[in-house]
Amino acid sequence: MKKIKSPDDLAKLRKRILDKRDPDKPCITICYGTGCHAYGCEEVGSKFKDEVKKKNLGDKVDIRTTGCHGFCERGPIVVVHPEGIFYQRVKLEDIEEIISETIIKKNIIDRLLYVEPNTDKKIVKEKDVPFYKLQQRIIFGNNGLIDPTSIDDYIALDGYSALCKAFIMKPKEIIEEVKKSGLRGRGGGGFPTGRKWESCRNAKSRDGVKYVICNADEGDPGAYMDRSLLEGNPHSVIEGMLIGAYAIGSNDSYVYVRNEYPLAVKNLEIAIRQAEEYGLLGENILGSKFNFRIKISRGGGAFVCGESTALIASIEGKRGEPRAKYIHTVEKGLWNRPTNLNNVETWANIPLIINKGAKWYSSIGTEKSKGTKIFSLVGKINNTGLVEVPMGISLREIIYDIGGGIPKGRKFKAVQTGGPSGGCIPEELLDLTIDYEKLTEAGSMMGSGGMIVMDEDTCMVDVAKYFLKFLEGESCGKCEPCRLGIHRMLEIVDGISKGEGKDGDIELLQELGEIVKETSLCGLGQTAPNPVLSTIRYFKDEYEAHIQDKRCPAGVCRELIRYSIIEEKCNGCGRCAKECPQEAISGEKKKVHKIEQDKCIKCGICFEVCKFEAVVVR
Amino acid sequence: MVNLTINGMRVQIEEGTTILEACRWLGINIPTLCYHEGLSPYGACRLCSVEITKGGRSRLVASCLYPVEEGLIVRTHSQKVVKARKMIVELLLSSCPNSKKLQDLASQMGVEKVRFKMEESDCILCGLCVRMCEEQMMAGAIGFINRGYNRKVATAFNVKSEVCRNCGACMYICPVVEVQCRGVKSPGELCNACLNFSPTCLESYPDVMCFMDSCGSCVRSQKTEEHKSTKKSTVHSP
Repeated sequence: MKKIKSPDDLAKLRKRILDKRDPDKPCITICYGTGCHAYGCEEVGSKFKDEVKKKNLGDKVDIRTTGCHGFCERGPIVVVHPEGIFYQRVKLEDIEEIISETIIKKNIIDRLLYVEPNTDKKIVKEKDVPFYKLQQRIIFGNNGLIDPTSIDDYIALDGYSALCKAFIMKPKEIIEEVKKSGLRGRGGGGFPTGRKWESCRNAKSRDGVKYVICNADEGDPGAYMDRSLLEGNPHSVIEGMLIGAYAIGSNDSYVYVRNEYPLAVKNLEIAIRQAEEYGLLGENILGSKFNFRIKISRGGGAFVCGESTALIASIEGKRGEPRAKYIHTVEKGLWNRPTNLNNVETWANIPLIINKGAKWYSSIGTEKSKGTKIFSLVGKINNTGLVEVPMGISLREIIYDIGGGIPKGRKFKAVQTGGPSGGCIPEELLDLTIDYEKLTEAGSMMGSGGMIVMDEDTCMVDVAKYFLKFLEGESCGKCEPCRLGIHRMLEIVDGISKGEGKDGDIELLQELGEIVKETSLCGLGQTAPNPVLSTIRYFKDEYEAHIQDKRCPAGVCRELIRYSIIEEKCNGCGRCAKECPQEAISGEKKKVHKIEQDKCIKCGICFEVCKFEAVVVR
Repeated sequence: MVNLTINGMRVQIEEGTTILEACRWLGINIPTLCYHEGLSPYGACRLCSVEITKGGRSRLVASCLYPVEEGLIVRTHSQKVVKARKMIVELLLSSCPNSKKLQDLASQMGVEKVRFKMEESDCILCGLCVRMCEEQMMAGAIGFINRGYNRKVATAFNVKSEVCRNCGACMYICPVVEVQCRGVKSPGELCNACLNFSPTCLESYPDVMCFMDSCGSCVRSQKTEEHKSTKKSTVHSP
């Protein structure tokens, strides 16, 4: 590969790439995100390639394996361009038909189309699917169009043009632009990015060395937007880091990515190598005399290493533990040098801001929160996946319009935002518009963008217990309120869920929670009580039912529920008795069965297998 | 020099000093467990938490780490601080109930009940031994293993360290390695036998600081709400 030596060279290269491409030539894009990998997209992809070869269509159709499209519920996803025909849940046996029908005869295969559950309408084009239609995919949209292992694909879509533009600007102008855009840290803290850059630029380094770090240590259960960005569009992150480093005056950087993200690491490694070969990383980038290197640092998977100071300690080779941030990392960070750390999504926003301008960017969103945010919508929701929405959208729109509501017609109960240390937001606040401040006011937080939807079958005490358990295991244990406080809160909540709760437990949880929040050393401890405090705030009656009536209203907490058979409904089919692992169900054939409570281990198998809804849980 | 307000007093402190150092120099007693003058501050026990007000917003910070700042308002014994410290002692006691140091602290602060399950641990994980070994003895023979509630001080791989010289500095500095307190009865109760020897000082006072350390003249009788309200009206800022 020839090195690109100037912005003009880059423009010429882009023209050459585009000239080679025929916009009308059919292109089959196959989602190669981690979600679709689980559905077997790799086999689908190779079968497509084989089939094209077999039919000698090599010069008539392109096959492109792309990053995550976001609609993970419906994988493997195949989109046929230029029409944008959206096929979902594609199986190996469908491939021949797609090629012979759609590619050659231009017919649409009805059974592979997405059916809108409410109207039973079949939708042909990707952009018309409600899941995509209501989103504003300014950052995530390119994921479905480019092959992450090909830098040419990124360059063809105006990639690295923001960098060229940035090199014409003065560093201070870039910072000013980012400040004006109103971009705030997408990792959860929400600190204004431009101000952070400015402090880092102004900070003095004893030997002039400054560092830039990309935080890709995404650890929230159920959240995977950073992974999908790194997997699907690594060059947008690299370009963002290049612009940031140029503005700050840094020549060295790290991407701290967890080792559990093998595909993200692989695609990022490829992207860095390709950028180096093109001269977009290294010395004298595009003839600007600016040097920049990116190193990958792989984390061992500790949740706390997503905290900036713990992350820095981990890169330094020390125990991944946070330190107090009374002296900010922009002044003394990695190896005591000024360090600017931003999250993957924040970096990916930068090229857009430079290219389209702060004015355009700040027109999206609310007064204090600008731009879009990617959420990973998971849990009891019809359309599981990644959604990118403008700030200021309401929770109801995300859950019902984009997410398609709750499966099986069940009732919505709460949505947990902000990962394990976020809070649960109840139904009465569904019209809450999403921005940093509003979520915090509601007792939750933006976090990195996890969004777990819960229905009426979810017990809120159980939810609090789950998150506390996660945090207890992930606390580094350095500071005492977090180490002991979370442990004690878990102990109390566990007791409540087992029917051992007593009067005063709720008040003790609240008192302890507030103090853990106030006195903990780092963000993990300072937010850890949120799941408990927010569930107490909005679902106090459930706690009280557990404590006073020794009853779990949602029928989840094992110690507090019992299964029984309704005589009128049981026809004696014997299915439950056959499946019961404890042989706790007895009864003659065609006669009413009975559960012996002292043998029952409350596994719930009888409840699930009964076709006549005769087994009930109380 | 930096100008700031500590407990209502306007003071001038040298730049780079921490709030804790400044307070100790001024004679204000802030309890600590993981702090030692000869070692780097660590900020783990959070017992030294103080309330600071900056730009109209107040929060708790670890005074052993927080450097003095121009215009900062510090309250070392506000209601919030005292409440937090008591909870921290209560939490620590629940895991190490036999530590004399903790029992004494509980007595001094008027912690009379532990509302959590009592456990039988000895180490409070203040990390003094680890820092002592590394920073003063230049050995680094011990360190922390595991995470969260399973965190422990140990040698690497739990085998005798090759760099350990048996100097005993770790034991010397350990705040809980002393004759154990034998006062503990059943769970939920505290010894509190020393309660009357080191009486509790004022529950909390927002802006005025009594410079005597636990003199006892204002002790427990002041706990009643009535007394508190009269107290508030008589106290005035200097």
